[in-house]
Amino acid sequence: MGKYIEMIRIRFLMMLAYRTNYYSGILIYSINIGAYYFLWSAIYGGKENIQGLSITQMTTYIAVAWMARAFYFNNIDREIAMEIKEGKVAVEMVRPYPYLNMKMMQGLGEGIFRLLFFSVPGMIIVALVFPIELSTNASTWLFFFLSITFSFIINTQINLLAGIATFFLFNNDGLIRAKRVVIDLFSGLILPLSFYPMWAQNVMSYLPFQGISYIPSMIFTEGFKGSQIYEALLNQAIWSLLLIIPVYGLWILAKRQLVVQGG
Amino acid sequence: MQNIIDVQGLKKEFKSFSSRSGLKGAFRDLFTRNYTIKTAVDDISFTIKKGEMVGYIGENGAGKSTSIKMLTGILTPTDGKIVVNGMNPHKEREKFVKTIGVVFGQRSQLWWDIAVQESFRLLKKIYNVPDQQYEEHMKDVIETLDIGPLLDKPVRKLSLGQRMRCELAAALIHNPPLLFLDEPTIGLDVLVKLKIREFLKRINEKYGTTILLTTHDLSDIEALCERVVMLDEGKIIYDGPLKELRENWAEGKQIQFQFSEEATLEELQHLTQEHLVVWEKGESDLVWVASVEAEETVISGVIGKVTAAKKIADLKILEISTEEIIRNIYVEGAVRHG
Ligand SMILES: Nc1ncnc2c1ncn2[C@@H]1O[C@H](COP(=O)(O)OP(=O)(O)OP(=O)(O)O)[C@@H](O)[C@H]1O
Ligand SMILES: [Mg+2]
Repeated sequence: MGKYIEMIRIRFLMMLAYRTNYYSGILIYSINIGAYYFLWSAIYGGKENIQGLSITQMTTYIAVAWMARAFYFNNIDREIAMEIKEGKVAVEMVRPYPYLNMKMMQGLGEGIFRLLFFSVPGMIIVALVFPIELSTNASTWLFFFLSITFSFIINTQINLLAGIATFFLFNNDGLIRAKRVVIDLFSGLILPLSFYPMWAQNVMSYLPFQGISYIPSMIFTEGFKGSQIYEALLNQAIWSLLLIIPVYGLWILAKRQLVVQGG
Repeated sequence: MQNIIDVQGLKKEFKSFSSRSGLKGAFRDLFTRNYTIKTAVDDISFTIKKGEMVGYIGENGAGKSTSIKMLTGILTPTDGKIVVNGMNPHKEREKFVKTIGVVFGQRSQLWWDIAVQESFRLLKKIYNVPDQQYEEHMKDVIETLDIGPLLDKPVRKLSLGQRMRCELAAALIHNPPLLFLDEPTIGLDVLVKLKIREFLKRINEKYGTTILLTTHDLSDIEALCERVVMLDEGKIIYDGPLKELRENWAEGKQIQFQFSEEATLEELQHLTQEHLVVWEKGESDLVWVASVEAEETVISGVIGKVTAAKKIADLKILEISTEEIIRNIYVEGAVRHG
């Protein structure tokens, strides 16, 4: 356990060394949220609510979806791909730890850093500028934090899969980019899933992506109520467990045919 | 004495795929791909005992790094049996790697953006080293390698020699009984090389650490290893004491004369006609080198004849350097056994 905490700490320190890179990030996210706010204001026109969400809930949804993204999003897919391509994975293999778990911890260190230095200040700025409603209900916050923890797990497992695919494809930049678009689109980051046509909602209910953004954002905006919350959390928990299977399966295959580049 | 490393019939083949040319070729590649098989390590067997320092040498591409990658559990062998520290490196990877230290000269294992001591701290946690043991052992390591002033610098700001010393320290944090070094002295200046050699000798004496090292700098081997394993095209062509390798190959000696007056080839050949001598001109007109058999009568005979006839300013008897011996072996591609 000590080694995992230490790894999170180290990654946090590394991010801290480059923190100035993030100030511009907050600005970009805020502009993004602003643009969506104006877009949705126009769409709502005078309407009270669409698909059960009021305009304030919608704005809150967009804001929290982007700020949560800062937490669950990480680059470990690219990192794994790079470590494989440059042969650095050799060094990882002579360390007495499970490579994938350690990668996940690095992602967590990155996530915690961004949560504190990006999402929190970002959310404060956005809340000052736009009409956003933050729940005063403690249980909502509790469910939300539980939910974004699952978001992190699901998203990171998908990243691991994309990263490990490098062992087989060798150049999988395309795959990683496509994965990113799919996640932004199908996770409900850009548009709440309840706005998609029925057939698409059906398809997406069988995919893990809604657990990444739609579920925590709906919990935060209190768009989910009562048993809906528990069902949503259960869905996330199941996917978090289910994805372990392909990740480890692929990893075992990958190790068997691992080639290390360079001398 | 127990075997720390036991390798039997070890083999590694690499498949390399080649692409067909043109659109039609690319299309065919989708279904069947052409590949060639390259045997990087070809059926090698050897054992290494506790406390040995063994030099693993061979030309570029001989298969040294590939062997080390298999011995450290990074690559799966195509065939053969490996037991290191009583374990199968690949099967019991996590348990196994706790018992070894590895340095790849061409590859950093420290974290690039953080201070060296942060890397050390992380490794200490990873290897689960108790505080007291760490303090004791690392204090000594840091002192001997003289890296105290570097500890608070990020790795990316270190020079190659500084980094390499830190890498070595990092590989020893858990004080492993077995150390693999793949070109640890590549690109280092003489002083740093000496420091590293001294350090390796020291830990070998102090802890009985077994060391397997590859290098292209034979003076490393001469300074450290009594035994060498020589690899050529994936096969072991020599395994034995360095001394024996030298004796079997360096049959001759060279005598270098510096005359105070000019000498000619005919003159010298005439003087030493009783013996088998090859004369070569040295750096200047006054310097001549006689290659002779390494036999006392011949050496003293040649020196006697020459010094009796001509005035000399200086005289040296040279041994053929290991460098030259190894070069000869690489060129001939086989080792003569004495
Ligand atoms: N991943 C790989 N795929 C295909 N061939 C490889 C691969 N890795 C190594 N080889 C080949 O295997 C042979 C041995 O390589 P290796 O790196 O073990 O040599 P080496 O003895 O360490 O050489 P050097 O002194 O240059 O470091 C080389 O011919 C090399 O081209
Ligand atoms: Mg090599």
